This record gives sequence, structure tokens and C-alpha cells, in this order.
Amino acid sequence: MINLEIPKKFRPLVSQANQVANEVFRPISRKYDEAEHEYPKELDMLASLIDGMNEGSEIGGAGAAGVRRDANGNGDGKNRNGSNLSTVLGVVELCWGDVGLLLSMPRQGLGNSAIASVATEEQLERYGGKWAAMAITEPEAGSDSAAIRTTAELDGDEYVLNGEKIFVTSGDRADLIVVWASLDRDKGRAAIKSFIVERDNPGLKLDRLEHKLGIRASDTANFTLQDCRVPKEALLGSPEVDTKQGFGGAMQTFDNTRPLVAAMAVGVTRAALEETHRCLEEAGVEVDDAVPALCQHAAAARLLEMEADYEAARLLTMKAAWMADNAKPNSLQASMAKAKAGRTCVDVTLGCVELCGSVGYGESGLLEKWARDAKILDIFEGTQQIQLLIVARQLLGKSSSELR
Amino acid sequence: MNGNDKGGVAERSMGFGLRALNWLAGSDLLDRIRVRKQVERALFQTTKGGFRSATAAGRTFEAAQKLGKPARQRPGKPRALFDITPDDEQQMFQEGVRDYAAEKVRPAAQKADADLSTPPELLTATNELGITTLGIPEELGGVVSEQAAVGTVLIGEALAHGDMGIAYAALSPGAVATAIGHWGSAEQEATYLPAFAGEDVPAAALAILEPKPLFDPLKLETMARRDGEDWVLDGAKSLVARAAECELFVVATEAEDLGPALFVIESGVKGLSVEAEPAMGLRPAATGRLLLEGVRLPAGALMAEGERDAYVECVHRARIAWCALAVGTAQAVLDYVIPYVNDRTAFGEPISNRQGVAFAVSDIGIETEGMRLATYRAASRADQGEDFAHEAALARRLCAAKGMQIGSDGVQLLGGHGFVKEHPVERWYRDLRAAGVMEGALLV
Repeated sequence: MINLEIPKKFRPLVSQANQVANEVFRPISRKYDEAEHEYPKELDMLASLIDGMNEGSEIGGAGAAGVRRDANGNGDGKNRNGSNLSTVLGVVELCWGDVGLLLSMPRQGLGNSAIASVATEEQLERYGGKWAAMAITEPEAGSDSAAIRTTAELDGDEYVLNGEKIFVTSGDRADLIVVWASLDRDKGRAAIKSFIVERDNPGLKLDRLEHKLGIRASDTANFTLQDCRVPKEALLGSPEVDTKQGFGGAMQTFDNTRPLVAAMAVGVTRAALEETHRCLEEAGVEVDDAVPALCQHAAAARLLEMEADYEAARLLTMKAAWMADNAKPNSLQASMAKAKAGRTCVDVTLGCVELCGSVGYGESGLLEKWARDAKILDIFEGTQQIQLLIVARQLLGKSSSELR
Repeated sequence: MNGNDKGGVAERSMGFGLRALNWLAGSDLLDRIRVRKQVERALFQTTKGGFRSATAAGRTFEAAQKLGKPARQRPGKPRALFDITPDDEQQMFQEGVRDYAAEKVRPAAQKADADLSTPPELLTATNELGITTLGIPEELGGVVSEQAAVGTVLIGEALAHGDMGIAYAALSPGAVATAIGHWGSAEQEATYLPAFAGEDVPAAALAILEPKPLFDPLKLETMARRDGEDWVLDGAKSLVARAAECELFVVATEAEDLGPALFVIESGVKGLSVEAEPAMGLRPAATGRLLLEGVRLPAGALMAEGERDAYVECVHRARIAWCALAVGTAQAVLDYVIPYVNDRTAFGEPISNRQGVAFAVSDIGIETEGMRLATYRAASRADQGEDFAHEAALARRLCAAKGMQIGSDGVQLLGGHGFVKEHPVERWYRDLRAAGVMEGALLV
């Protein structure tokens, strides 16, 4: 039965997340944009609150760990709205507040999503309740994750990791870093596995924290791994190098995390649209839904056009999460959502700044900040171009060697 | 036709034949005597008048039963969960129409486009699928008790995957049935709906669009003025499907003291005429212009007692229907370009191995899905009795802009081959422009 509204049972969660965004994130949004690298201590209390929300709820919460798929799937063919959808909806609300602060939320890192996606029950037990960051990118390997050079060598009961990792979100603040490394560089992508490294591991050295265009509340760390030893059990998923399965294991995480990043973009987009509606209303411009766009003020027509893109991005994101909840393969839809939401977020926030003029461009409001924050959302967890590549390969039935 | 002197010149030049007319147009005689504009104008009027005809001589509609108050379909129950799967009944309908669109509609599309008409057997067959009955309350012969905007969207999408113009031609009578089912008086329902639920469905059209730039359905130029108990209508309606064969019209006018409102008009009434108005696309729908010159209607012809809200709802429901057609056509583009770019080779490999080509395909896929979801959402809200004006406006903007881009990219991906009629993409390019132009005409 077709229905694309926020399900009734998630409305309390959405409303709670919105309150948090409004009452906790918004008031400190500018403060931590200016005080880059300073830890937003206000978030500690909030993180406990969100842990509580997740614990107390059967439906999962707004947390990054909500992306774990039910191993049993849904054999009964019944429609399910589960934790993938609720997480996406929660993330939209929180990022409507501030995406940089969401990324800084203790225990809500993308590493947590990765662990939730592929960890065994034992690993979940062991690493549960900890904050996990994600380390994939290297100086010479960004979108081309298969080209990563960090190596992992088995030595007795331990893996020894060597390499360099950059752009690790919350890398300095997290308890754990999920590091991508190759077991055998000659075996290509199939040999790439993820390893959980404790932040206080002596082999893990923080090189520096980046200064950035946006999401400045969130720290971005660069690391060197030098003979960094982790127990054998720190490997996530299967240690087998299965060349047939290829990248599958590691990439599976992305099917779950891309809708989350799309949700972040959707949240920021809505923030900008709402603010611009308000701003233009003060200037005497309002959108009339019944009147054709081209018969309205040019600014109203533009706003309508941007909101239409937002609507498409939002619904694509909800669909990708809904598919995950219903155990349907969703890597096409996850990439569609990420591509659409990422570019829409950049286009809309920049468009909103333009529409609001100096009021939007100045630092007295948050529009200019959202426009700066937006750009990363079209880059991390796979750039726009990578998403288009994935979508194209799926639609055209092409392998990665045919369509490069 | 035209009584003035300059009209006489034009009429005589018609008599001379086109060669003489061409000589006249090329000479500077007209400019010297400063009557070129008038002559051209008069010629246009004469020619236009020559092609104008009265509306079709329709059947006699008579109320079969009397209802105390109008019957209405109920809104469905609010749905608790997010879901993108059509229910069993909708899936059955959808699959039936999909098969039909692939087997019958698509193969007929090119000829229908060239002929400016849809083969009658195709229209009969779509009527037999029951498509026109979805908006008819059960009491009057309808098949569904609850409002069926989503169902209508799914059918429109599936049919337009075959061809948008044929879909327009086929779905147009259903729009009139739905309009009367939603906003008709008890008497209008009893008079007209049984015909739409029966076997011999009349051609009918919901005419809102007017021939002017920047048309706004809330600022109509077609006027309905009161004259005693009667209404007298004047104006023109644009791109009306199968205008010449329509037996019934629902026409939007600016009604004196009321604002924009809908009237039911039977064909054959004095002062009502049609002329051909072929356009860039939608050609199988044999689009025509409906002219109203002092059309006198009884008070009972007014729908919804002239309530503005009913009219505005009609405008929004029409936009959702056009979105559905745009989604189906956009999907047709995607399904067509994928095998083409995979088969077509250049520089020694399939052109789809190039990102410049492949990314265009990705964008068609992404935007089509976005259009679809936005359209479904608006329709689903309508069925649940929720306000859907905003969602309809968003879907409309999306389908107008992205639909056209998809139409354009479809041709581009085939290059020169896309520009010639050997492939359907040039037709989809022409049709997809309609999603941003049309108002009224279809309903969900």
C-alpha cells in the first residue's frame, strides 16, 4: 500500500531529534564553527541521552549503529519499517540542527555503522558502547579504495598494520578507528579488510588535524600506522580472501552508510530552505502552490524548484533505507540517494545564500555556514562522480573494468 | 465569416489559389498601401474559420436514477507505514496496463503521432480495461469504493510508457468521469456517470488550459456571466484531447461573483465549436481548441456550486496526473537508451564505456525515480484525505524540469539517430515538454 509519509511510530523519535537539534545543536552551531578543533563538550550529555533513546526503543534510534540489518531478513513478505529508516529520519533532524555536531557525536561515528553492518556478535559485544571512527582514505587513494596501500600482515595471533590514513572524521576523539588495509596487495580489492584499532594503540600516531571549509565542529585527523599490532579478532567480517566475492564485504558497509550521508544532506538542505522561506517572506515573497511557478516572483519560482529537488532527494533517501529494512539489495538506491541528496544540498544551500543576498552570505545567520558544510556531503562516503559510476554500472550492467 | 473590406481581399486571394497569395505576400504592394497586417490577420481568420466546425453531435444524456445527494468515493484510511509497494489490486491493474502498453500502444505510437489520431480500437480497448471507471463512485457503476489517485497514477505511468499522446487520448474521458464523481451534483452524477461506467464510453474532455502565455489556471479569461437563471460562457480552451469527437466537456471559467469554477457542457450546444490545434507533441490525442461564443447553460451546469477549493483541488489533481505520464515517458527513455548505448560502438568500444555517456544514463535513472516518488507521495496523500497541494506543486516542478531534461538527453544519447523518426526518442522529447505546459485535461 503506497505511502511515503514518515511512519506514525517514528514521529515521536523525529520530534525528539528535532528538539535536540533545535535546543542543543543550533545554539552552539556557530560557536564550534569558529572554534575549530575544540571539543564540543555539550555533546557528552547529549550522547548519553541518545544512547538511552536507542536502548529504550524497540525500533532502533537516531544512532549510527541503527543500520545493522536483521540477519533473518523478512521472509514473510510483510512490509517493515525498521532501524534503517528510523536512523535516517533521526539523522535528517539532527543535521537540520548541525551536521558538524552530528559528526562529532560520541558513539555515532561512521565506524559505528561499519561495525554494526559487518561485526560478529562477539565483536559487537566487545566493541559495543564505544565510539568508532572510519579510516579509509590515503594520500594516494581516495575514491579508488581498492588502491589503498596500508597493509595488514598476520604475525602469530596479531595483525601488523602499516600505512598512512587521512580525512578520518573524529579520528582524534573516537575510542576506536576502523582501518581499511590490504592482506595481500597483489590480490586487489578482495584482500581489503577492515580492522578495529584502539585509539590508544601505540602504533597509531596522530599527524595533524585539518583546517576545513565546513563541518568545522567535526575533527578530521591524519594518522600514521607504524607496526601497529591488533589482535586477530580485530578483523571485521571474514579473513578469507575471496576473489569472487571481491570487494563485497567492505563495500557492504557503504550500502548502509550512504543513505545516512544522504540523510545528512537532506537535513542541511531543509534547514537552508526553511530559513530562506522565512527570509523571503519578510521580503514579501511567498510561494503559492496553486499558481504555476513561472507566474510567480522569480525568487518564489526558484525556491519551488529547489524544494522539488529536496523532495526527490528526501524520498530517494527514505526509499534506500526502507529497502535495507526489508532486506532488499539496495546498493543502486543507496547510490542514487547519495548522488541526488549530495548535489541537491550543495545547489540548494548555495542558491539560498544567493536568494538571501548579504543576509545569507554574512555570518550573522547560518546560511553561509550550511553552504560551506554542504560541500563535504557531496564528497565523503563516495563523491558525486563515484555514485554516478556505481549507478551507471548497475543500470547498464557493466563491470568496473568495462566502465572505469 | 468576416464582413470587413480587408477580409474581402483575403477571401479573394484564397480564390486565386496559393500561388497568387504567395505573389501577393512577396510583393511590396501590401506594404505600400499599408494593409499587410490587416490582410494577414483576415486571412488567418478566414482560414481558421474554414477549418472550424461545430462540436460533435453527441448522445442524449439523461438521469437514470435520482439520488438525494451526490455519491462520493471515500478517502482511504491513513496508512501507518512507509511503503512503496502497490497493493495486490493495484499491481494487477498495473501489470495488465503494462502488458497492453507494450503490446498494443507502443507499436501504434509512431503512426498515431503522424496521423494526429489514435486508432479507435485502441481507445475501446483501454476503456475495456476499466480505466475510465476509477473515479466513479460505486453507486453509479464504479468499481472502487475508495479514492484511487495512486491507482490512476500507476495506470497513467504504465500507459505512457507505451506512448504519452495515446495515454492522453485514452485517459481524457476518465478525467471527466472523475471530475463529475468528485465535484458533480447528484443530478450531474446521475445524468453523466452511467455512460462512463458502461461499455460505450463517450469521448470527453476536462478543459482548463487557455491559449495564452504564462497561463495561470486561477486567472481564467474564459468568462461565465449570469443571465437570469442561466450562465452565458465566452472564451477559448487549448489543447483539448479529441476535441472534435467529444460528447461532453467540463470547462473551467471565471464565473461571475464566484471566481474560477467548472461547468459541464454537452457537445452540440449552440455557440460551442472546435478547431484543430495540433502541437509539438501529444499528437495522437488529436488536440483541438474549444471555442465558446455565448454558450448558454442552465444553472445546473455549474459544478461544486462554484466552490473555489474544489476547483483548486482539480488543478492539483490534474498536475499529479501529468506527472504520472511524465514518469512513464521518462522510464521509456531510460529503458530505450540503455540497450542503445550498450550496443552502439565508437572508437572501438561501446559508447556506454565512457563516463560522459554513462553518467547521463545515471542521471536519467536518478531523476526518473525522484519524479516517481514525488508523484506517488502527492497521490497517496490525496487518497488518504490529507492536504496535497504542496506535494502536487513539488511533483509538478520536478516533472516539468527533470522530465524535459530526460527527453533532451534521450535524443542526445542517440546523437543524429535520435533526431530522426526511426527511433521514438524524438517523440518523447516533444511529448515531455507537455508535462510543464498542460493544465487540467487529466485527473487522478
